[in-house]
Amino acid sequence: MQLHDVWFVLIAVLWTGYFFLEGFDFGIGVLTKLLARGRPEKRVLINTIGPVWDGNEVWLLTAGGATFAAFPDWYATLFSGFYLPFLAILVCLIIRGVAFEYRHKRAEERWQANWEHAIFWTSLLPAFLWGMVFANIVRGVEIDRNKEYVGGVLDLFNGYSLLGGLVTLALFTFHGAVFAALKTVGDIRDRARALATRLGVATAVAAVGFLGWTQAAHGDGTSLVALAVAVAALAGALAANIAGREGWSFALSGVTIAAAVAMLFLTLFPNVMPSSLDDAWSLTVTNAASSPYTLKIMTWCAAVATPVVLLYQGWTYWVFRKRIGTQHIADAH
Amino acid sequence: MDIALAPETLARWQFGITTVYHFLFVPLTISLAALVAVLQTAWVRTEKEKYLKATKFWGKLFLINIAMGVVTGIVQEFQFGMNWSDYSRFVGDVFGAPLAFEALIAFFFESTFIGLWIFGWDKLPKKIHLACIWMVSIGTVLSAYFILAANSWMQHPVGYRINPESGRAELTDFWLVLTQNTTLAQVFHTLTAAVLTGGAFMVGIAAFHLMRGKHIPVMRTSLRLGLVAVVIGGALVAVSGDVLAKVMFKQQPMKMAAAEALWDGEERAPFSVFAYGDVDKGHNTVAIEVPGLLSFLADSDFDSFVPGINDVNKAEQEKYGPGDYRPNIPVAYWGFRWMIGFGMASFAIGAVGLWLTRRKFLLPAALRTGEDERPHLVLFRTPLSPRLTRLYWLAGVWTLGFPLIASSWGWIFTEMGRQPWVVYGVLRTRDAVSPGVSQAEVLTSMAVFTALYAVLAVIEVKLLVKYVKAGPPELTEADLNPPTRIGGDGTSDRPMAFSY
Repeated sequence: MQLHDVWFVLIAVLWTGYFFLEGFDFGIGVLTKLLARGRPEKRVLINTIGPVWDGNEVWLLTAGGATFAAFPDWYATLFSGFYLPFLAILVCLIIRGVAFEYRHKRAEERWQANWEHAIFWTSLLPAFLWGMVFANIVRGVEIDRNKEYVGGVLDLFNGYSLLGGLVTLALFTFHGAVFAALKTVGDIRDRARALATRLGVATAVAAVGFLGWTQAAHGDGTSLVALAVAVAALAGALAANIAGREGWSFALSGVTIAAAVAMLFLTLFPNVMPSSLDDAWSLTVTNAASSPYTLKIMTWCAAVATPVVLLYQGWTYWVFRKRIGTQHIADAH
Repeated sequence: MDIALAPETLARWQFGITTVYHFLFVPLTISLAALVAVLQTAWVRTEKEKYLKATKFWGKLFLINIAMGVVTGIVQEFQFGMNWSDYSRFVGDVFGAPLAFEALIAFFFESTFIGLWIFGWDKLPKKIHLACIWMVSIGTVLSAYFILAANSWMQHPVGYRINPESGRAELTDFWLVLTQNTTLAQVFHTLTAAVLTGGAFMVGIAAFHLMRGKHIPVMRTSLRLGLVAVVIGGALVAVSGDVLAKVMFKQQPMKMAAAEALWDGEERAPFSVFAYGDVDKGHNTVAIEVPGLLSFLADSDFDSFVPGINDVNKAEQEKYGPGDYRPNIPVAYWGFRWMIGFGMASFAIGAVGLWLTRRKFLLPAALRTGEDERPHLVLFRTPLSPRLTRLYWLAGVWTLGFPLIASSWGWIFTEMGRQPWVVYGVLRTRDAVSPGVSQAEVLTSMAVFTALYAVLAVIEVKLLVKYVKAGPPELTEADLNPPTRIGGDGTSDRPMAFSY
């Protein structure tokens, strides 16, 4: 295994970390309208991710930075090619971050209500767009001989990518509902579980359709294994949720996300962004990669830093391990 | 295509707007994290309530700022790929690595521990909670270091080679990129400027309350801490600026010649106080100068030769082929002056303030004040008149914004002074933009970001004003009795100390 292959795997790991962690953040944001009854419950939901959402989002920055360093052409083609979807994602993430921090800083009803709308929409939209982006990467887009994306923005909207968007939206919302059941106490916990069951069924239908389509169009033996793991984990998460095993359900919905990301990356390899115009113009782990020296330095950095990051990020979850309910939300601002 | 709407022009405007905006929050975040950590350390060590009140008050303002710094930073990470894809392809091998390091080492650190600090008041024992804000502070400094290493490479590329097959830059010596003198000087200059910025922010707000006689115990302490930061930061920003200028005279002579509007090189080169020139003809029509000073600043010798704009332009034409290698001279010239002027004005106000509010052993006994009294402003042996006192407090309030103006101009100067290059001597800015991105797309994104940032600026400033006016919070029982166990004591149904 050469270093650029290692970095292909590591980039997949970073995206997995991002979707696992910010997946439930996005889900919680969507659930503020789907699940919460009244402001105290909304605040309970938001506070389940309060201490961690910012750290979770850094997985995206790291995935972006690592792609820039390890596969400059991938970074350049992807972000300049999918320009408007990324603009929308950035705008959402900006508003969303500010919304969490500023919502409670004024008592006025309109102020709080506006930020709550913002949290919902800026969670829903990226959850959808990420699926759309990755579906388009797997499907292949119009990349010319100079590695430039030459398609239009409308080309990014197609049946497969829209289904991909729906799948990430549904999956993240399910993942968020399971997380809410795990982290809350009281009435909202029971309703979160009940909603998770319904969301899980919907997710299963959409995900089987999307992953099946992926397998039929782009898959091979290894991706089939990942698909099987994803489907089995999703079924397990659903069953555990029904059985009231919230911890297991959350772990398994996480495995579903990891397996789905793995499957998409397996169908890509050795491409990183296939060209739909000519196979020879596809970006691959070799023609898009940085020099071996850069990859070596990055590997050292990742090998030393990642375990430390996992350690202190994991510790945060342990510090805030207690469930919260409406009784824990103060009225003061 | 109309040059004003060319994708390169639009992409540069977007980068300028988003970066200057982002950098309003960066120095504040770096220094307020450290200053809040100092105040919280004082609380943990002395258990004086004024320190906890100050920690909570400045902590709140710090959080309002860091939220903006964080979210506007996301754009920075991705706009290279969106608007500058040819730049990204060309330099990704070199430039991407410090960015990835920054995310992996600094961003995780910062954002994880900030979450622990915000929500940890009733979840963490006192000392662990204190450690969290210090971790945040370390994270902000590491972040600055890595991104400045990346920027320094654009100012003075080292530790790379051009791959003859791909025609792209490849890293050959990462250690050199991290430790070249450009990087070290820029880090020194930026961090000291941050200390000045945070200090002035504290002085401004403390002066505002002291002028009105409110929240005196907390604001007295804050004023002194802020003044010390302004004076130390201000003195060191001047020293580091001198170091950085000497480095740039060697590495980017065009930028420094432009900063001085020095058209033709000379020995005993003068420092320009005021100049008005004709860019097309390449000379100044009005010039007020201090003879020899520029040579001294550039090379520690009043008689040294300093090359001028016309000399460097000619030399670069010989080296890189025909073309105009001059940056926008008025912007470089005035940007350099606004940077120094506003930075040093803030330093002067701080130095005067530090003397006026000096400790009691330097004061006549009759003028000493207690912790809950407004300090006298004492020039020598008598306090300032009420009018002059008010004037000083107002100057203190005004100084709040000065370092922000100074650092904005500093970045505009150093980035625009490097033009037409994006990587000095290696890649031109016009060759760095995304070829596949349409004018409409860049225009859309520039309009969206500008509008969004404008709205957020209004919201942010209003919030700051609200929390500044509210003053330090009253302390609760829970504040004074932090938990002894990680995760909080007991399983009570007490409301959380902090919730969104």
